[in-house]
Amino acid sequence: MKPAPFAYERPETIEEALAVLAVHGDEAKVLAGGQSLVPMLNMRLLRPSVVVDVNRVPGLDGLRADNGEIRVGALVRQAAFGGSRLVRERLPLAASCVPYVGHFVTRNRGTVGGSIAHADVSAELPLALLVQGGSAVVASTRGRREIPAEELFLTHFTTALAPDELLVETVWPASEPETRTAWVELAQRRGDYALAMVACTLRVEGGLVAEARIGLGSVVDRPSLVPEAAEALVRRGVDAAPEAAVLAARSVEPYDNLHASARYQRHLVRVLVERAVRQAWA
Amino acid sequence: MGLREIELRVNDRRVRETVEPRLLLSDFLRHTLGLTGTHVGCEHGVCGACTVRLDGDSVRSCLLLAVQADGSAVETVEGLARGRELHPLQRAFHEEHALQCGFCTPGILMAAADLLERDGTPSRETIVDMLSGHLCRCTGYEPIVEAIAKVANR
Repeated sequence: MKPAPFAYERPETIEEALAVLAVHGDEAKVLAGGQSLVPMLNMRLLRPSVVVDVNRVPGLDGLRADNGEIRVGALVRQAAFGGSRLVRERLPLAASCVPYVGHFVTRNRGTVGGSIAHADVSAELPLALLVQGGSAVVASTRGRREIPAEELFLTHFTTALAPDELLVETVWPASEPETRTAWVELAQRRGDYALAMVACTLRVEGGLVAEARIGLGSVVDRPSLVPEAAEALVRRGVDAAPEAAVLAARSVEPYDNLHASARYQRHLVRVLVERAVRQAWA
Repeated sequence: MGLREIELRVNDRRVRETVEPRLLLSDFLRHTLGLTGTHVGCEHGVCGACTVRLDGDSVRSCLLLAVQADGSAVETVEGLARGRELHPLQRAFHEEHALQCGFCTPGILMAAADLLERDGTPSRETIVDMLSGHLCRCTGYEPIVEAIAKVANR
C-alpha cells in the first residue's frame, strides 16, 4: 500500500503546469486535493511516471460571482465551497450536496475541480454541475476552451479533457432566487458511495411547475439528466411526482453490482426521484 | 526518483529532511520522525486513524505526500497536550471512557479539535456526521460522541 516511484513536479504558475502536461501527457497525473488520486496511487491502481502537484499554482482558488454565474477555481476545497455564503445563496443545489461528499476531514482537502475532473459516477459534484447546467474551463499550451457539463462526462472516470489539458475553473449559472432544490441519495453507510442519487430543481409559478431538472448519479456510467421525467412535471403540481419517477426509472439501464442488482437500482431511482420532487416542492 | 529536501514545522518543532516524493506524510511522521501516535489503518482515506492537522485543517496524512507539507505546519496527537496537561478533548475522552484499544483515538482527537475550533457548539448531529469519517470497532461511538459534546458544552 505504498505508491510506486514517480517524478514529482510542483509548478509555480499555470504556464509551468501546462508545459509539464504538454511534455508528459498521458504519463502524468494532476494532483489537486488527492482524496481520490492518492488512494489509487497507494493501491497501485495507477502508476503515473510524473505527478504534477498543482496545489501551489496561484489563481486557481478563487470563488466569485460574475454576471449571473459563479466561477469556482479548480483548487477551491469542498469545505470552502459548501461553507461559502455565495454558494449557499446562489447555488443551493450544489450547497446541499456538499455534506454528502466524502467526510468532514476529506472535504478539507478535496477540491471541487478535482472531483469534477475525476468523474466518479458516484461523486456528487459532477451531478450538481450537470443539473445546474454548468461547464468546465480547461487550459493547455494550445489554448483554453469551455466544455459544457453535458459534454464533459463521457463514462466511468473519463471526461472530454485531453491528456495535456488542465481543468482550471468550473462555471455555475446562479439559480433564480425562487428555485427550489432537493438532493436525495441512499448509501449503505454515511459518507460512503451512494447506491443511487437524485438531484432535482423546480421553478414554480402560480402553483405549477414552470421548469424542472432531474439528474441521476451512481446508477449508470455517468451523471445523467432525465429530461422526460422533468418534462412530465411541467405545468403540473406535486401530483405528477409518481409519474416522473416511473419515467426516470424506465430511462435507466443499470448493471448488477456487488451491492445492488439492476432491478433494485431501478427501484431506487423511482423511489428517490419521487422523494426528491416532493422534497423540492415542499 | 529525485530526492527532495523539505522543511516544515511539526508540533512547533522545525524539521528538515530529505524524502522520496512517494513517501506518504503518515509514514514520514511515523518512520522518519518517530511520531508513532499517528496511526495507519487503511491507507486509502477511509478509516480516519491517520488524521493530523495541516496548517490547522484536519487532513488524512495517508492521502498526502510528505513533500506536499513542505513549508507547512503539521500538528499530530503528540502536540495536543501542553506538557503534562491534557488537552480538554483528551481529558473528556478519559473521563467518558471514549476509547478502548485506542487505535482510532488520535485521528478522532485531531478531527474533533478542528471541528470544535470551527464550530464551538456543534450539535450532536454534526458530531455524529464528523465521526462518520472515523472507524472505531470498540466503543460503539456513543462515549466518543459524549466526550466531544462535553467539551463543546463547556
